[in-house]
Amino acid sequence: MTMTIHVDIVSAEERIYSGLAELVIAPAEEGDVGIAARHAPLLTRLRAGEVRVKTDDDQTLPFFVSGGILEVQPHMVSILADRAVRAKDIDEAAATEAKRRAEEALSNRSEKLDYTKAQVELIEAVAQLRTLERWRKNR
Amino acid sequence: MAVGKEIRVKIASIKNTQKITRAMEKVATSKMRKTQTRMLATRPYSKKIAQIIRHLAHAKPEYTHPFMVDRTVSRVGVIILSSDRGLCGGLNSNLFRLSLRQFRNWGKESVEVNISVIGQKGCSFFNGIGAKIIAQATKLGDSPHLQDIIGVIRAMLDDYREGKIDALYVGYNEFVNTMTQKPKLEQLLPVKSDELTPELAGHWDYLYEPDARDVLDDLLVRYVESIVFQGLVENNACEQAARMVAMKSASDNAGKLISELQLIYNKARQAAITQEISEIVGGAAAV
Repeated sequence: MTMTIHVDIVSAEERIYSGLAELVIAPAEEGDVGIAARHAPLLTRLRAGEVRVKTDDDQTLPFFVSGGILEVQPHMVSILADRAVRAKDIDEAAATEAKRRAEEALSNRSEKLDYTKAQVELIEAVAQLRTLERWRKNR
Repeated sequence: MAVGKEIRVKIASIKNTQKITRAMEKVATSKMRKTQTRMLATRPYSKKIAQIIRHLAHAKPEYTHPFMVDRTVSRVGVIILSSDRGLCGGLNSNLFRLSLRQFRNWGKESVEVNISVIGQKGCSFFNGIGAKIIAQATKLGDSPHLQDIIGVIRAMLDDYREGKIDALYVGYNEFVNTMTQKPKLEQLLPVKSDELTPELAGHWDYLYEPDARDVLDDLLVRYVESIVFQGLVENNACEQAARMVAMKSASDNAGKLISELQLIYNKARQAAITQEISEIVGGAAAV
C-alpha cells in the first residue's frame, strides 16, 4: 500500500480535479517539482506548463495550467490555476493559432505591440501544445 | 352606460403594470439561472484560496507580510458591492442598513471609514449620506469580469500599504438560496485566523520559491481579488433571485387587486341595472 496525498486542482472558472494521488508533478517557477505524501509545506508560483497527477491505480492524468499558485501541506496539494484544462480538452487549433499570432507579433517589431504580453501568450501556447503532444504519445 | 368608468380605467392600468412585473419576473428567472451557475463555478477557487490563507495564518513565517499584521485601527476601508438596478426587494437597503450600523459602531470608537462602491445603487446611496468614497465602479452588467473591479481593489490595497487605512472589509449579499439572501460584512485585511485546526498547530513554515516576499504578495493580492470577485458574483445571483421574488409578489398583488376591483365594478354595474329596471317598472305602474 503506497501512501497517497489529496490533490485539488481548481481554476478561476471551475474545479478541474479532486482526488488521491501517489505523486503530483507541477511546473513550479524554479523548475518542476514532484510531490508525494508527507512533503514539507511549500508555497510557490507556477509557470505555464503541464501538471501530472499519478493516481493510486497507476494512471497518469495530464493537465495544462497557465500559471498560478501551488500550496503543499503534508496531507494535501492545492493547485490554484489562473486557467487549467485537461490535456484531452486542449483545443489544438486554437493553441496553434495563438502561437502563430504571438510569433508574428514578436517578429514584427515595427508595430506598436505589448512585448511582454505577446511573450506570455507564446509561452502559454507552446506549453499547451507540448502537453497535448505528450498526452498523445503516452496514450 | 357610464357606470364605474373610473374603476375600469384603474383595472386597465393595474393590468398593464402586472404585465410589466410578469415580464420582469420571467427575465429575472432566466438570468438567475445563469448567474447561479457562474457563482457556483467560481466558488471552488475562492474557497480554496481562503483555505490556503487560513493555513498561512497558522504558519510562523520568517517574513511577515504587511497584509498579515494587526495594526491599531484608526481608519477602515470598506468595499460595498451593490446592484446597478433597483426593483429587487430589500436587497440593497438591507446591506446598506447593516453597513451603516457597523459604521456607527466604528464611529463610537472614533474609527473613520473610507468607502469604495461597486454598483449604481450603492453610489447614489453613499453619495447621498456624504460618505467618503475613494473609488467606484458601475454598470458592470450581468457577467462582470475581474478586470472591471481590479481598479477599485487596487485603490484600496494601495491605501492599505500606505497606511491610510488599517483594515479592509467587503460588504455584499451572500446567496443562501433563492428565497434568502444574507447581507454580510467580512474582514479581508489584515488576514485573520479564527478557528485553529489542530493538525496545523505548532511551529512550522512554508518553503517559499522563489522567496517569501514575492510569493506572499502575489498570493495575498490574489486572495483579496478573488474574495471580492466572488462577492460580486454572489451579489449578482442574489440580485436576480431577489428581483424574481419581488416581481412575483408584485404580480400576485396586482392579481388580487384586480379581482377586488372587478368585484366592486360588477356590484356597481348590477346595482345600476337593478335601479334602472325598478325605475322603468315604477314608471310603467304610474301610467
